Amino acid sequence: MDSARHPAVDLAERTARASYGRLLAMLASRTRDIAAAEDALADAFAAAVAQWPRDGVPINPEGWLITVARRRIGRGSAHGVVVDRAAELLALLEAERNSAEPPPFRDERLALMFACTHPAIDRNVQAPLMLQTVLGLDANRIAAAFLVDGAAMGQRLVRAKRKIRDAGIAFAVPDPADASHRVEGVLAAVYAAFGTAWDDVLGADARLAGLREEAVFLARLLAELLPDEPEVLGLLALILHCEARRGARRDATGGFVPLHAQDPNRWSQPLLLEAEAALRRAATYGSPGRYQTEAAIQSLHAHQRMTGERFAPALARLYDVLASQAPTLGVVVARAVAYAEAGAPELALAQLEALTGTGSYQPWWAALARVAWLAGQPERAARAAETATGLSADPAIRSFLLSGGYRT
Amino acid sequence: MQYVLLFNEAKAERDKREDPAAAGPYWGGWTAYMGAIAQSGVMVGGNALQPPETGTVLRVENGVRQVADGPFADTKEALGGYVVIEVPDLDAALEWAAKAPCAGAGSVEIRPVLPPPAA
Repeated sequence: MDSARHPAVDLAERTARASYGRLLAMLASRTRDIAAAEDALADAFAAAVAQWPRDGVPINPEGWLITVARRRIGRGSAHGVVVDRAAELLALLEAERNSAEPPPFRDERLALMFACTHPAIDRNVQAPLMLQTVLGLDANRIAAAFLVDGAAMGQRLVRAKRKIRDAGIAFAVPDPADASHRVEGVLAAVYAAFGTAWDDVLGADARLAGLREEAVFLARLLAELLPDEPEVLGLLALILHCEARRGARRDATGGFVPLHAQDPNRWSQPLLLEAEAALRRAATYGSPGRYQTEAAIQSLHAHQRMTGERFAPALARLYDVLASQAPTLGVVVARAVAYAEAGAPELALAQLEALTGTGSYQPWWAALARVAWLAGQPERAARAAETATGLSADPAIRSFLLSGGYRT
Repeated sequence: MQYVLLFNEAKAERDKREDPAAAGPYWGGWTAYMGAIAQSGVMVGGNALQPPETGTVLRVENGVRQVADGPFADTKEALGGYVVIEVPDLDAALEWAAKAPCAGAGSVEIRPVLPPPAA
């Protein structure tokens, strides 16, 4: 079937993938109506698939799609309920038609990302919303990655889009005074999409690994759009470090390989170099932050593996810094493991025991298995590993824990 | 866009109205705030409200009017007043909300005004 496809159909689909976010951002930035822009864009792509094979591919495919989508939005809102919005749109369309030259194709994706991560949007839906609008992922795919029911995720996304439209959330890059605070929201969404905890704790469950590639794309895009934000570079470095190791995290039979047993030759050199370059550039701004610290931890891990030197005390210190910057449960759990590896397993045990609300938090149990083992409590370690196994959704992690992977 | 800023005051803040030592700065703060909104040209309208104890609640149940003293006492925060402003977007509305004297002693709810339906 595929060989019989018209090349124009392929081009329409490639354009869809490559330019979805840019086209959507441009359409929605004028009206703030993301849902209407999505519908219009979907229609435009459908029209492209139908027309391009017949009439030929336009010289400027993106421009063609935008024009068709805008016309669709204009028609849609003529029957709209809100006089203001329709009038506004008709005026915009008029201006568009009268402009002698095509407008410069402004990239509004950053503005779109700031709208999706506005503090007035429910925090839990910010990352999914960004993934859907910037990358065009469908709600079911996002729902699966965030372990949420597809219909529930769909509803949350619809509600968030409605809020952006009706509450008048601006499609704008915030003023410098607000920018650093607002950038945190964007970074948190990319971080959530990446689901980073996966490399921090031995045998911790990698829940969101399915959105890895998307998160890498978003992190690179952010670094391109905000080249002078050290934390953006820090997050990029962090994500690339983890991404570089992806191939080495599974053995030939699909088994889980922890960081300390990975073969550095199987790491991606280009990604590693890109990560290190981003981290070095971040450091030149002299403005530390949690993502830079996390990237530094991953960088140190990589150096440790490549040189054979042990940096355990330095890692424990970095985790102290991280815990002061971002005292999340995941960070404090990972810090305990770092302390245990640095020769302080008793202190690490006390740190883990001091935490509350960890009953069904898989990384806590996986960490306890490792820390108890290092503290000379093999039975407690085995029990913790069993609980961690029971809480894991990943078969490779389960067999790693059950086979005593926490001991080496 | 038009937004209504609903000013919710904690009880301690509300009680300042009746406290001779605190009433001066309390009203001074609100007068200055409302004045600043008016002067900037974004004010559409607004009012301070008498305290919740002065409120009366009406419901019609099975065609019968039920009138009661209210609203219910002991709610920690209560509506103390509101303004309607005309600003470009939510961020501009949030800027004004953050300056409200009750923002640090209660909360401000920001609600977009529903535009009139098409004829």
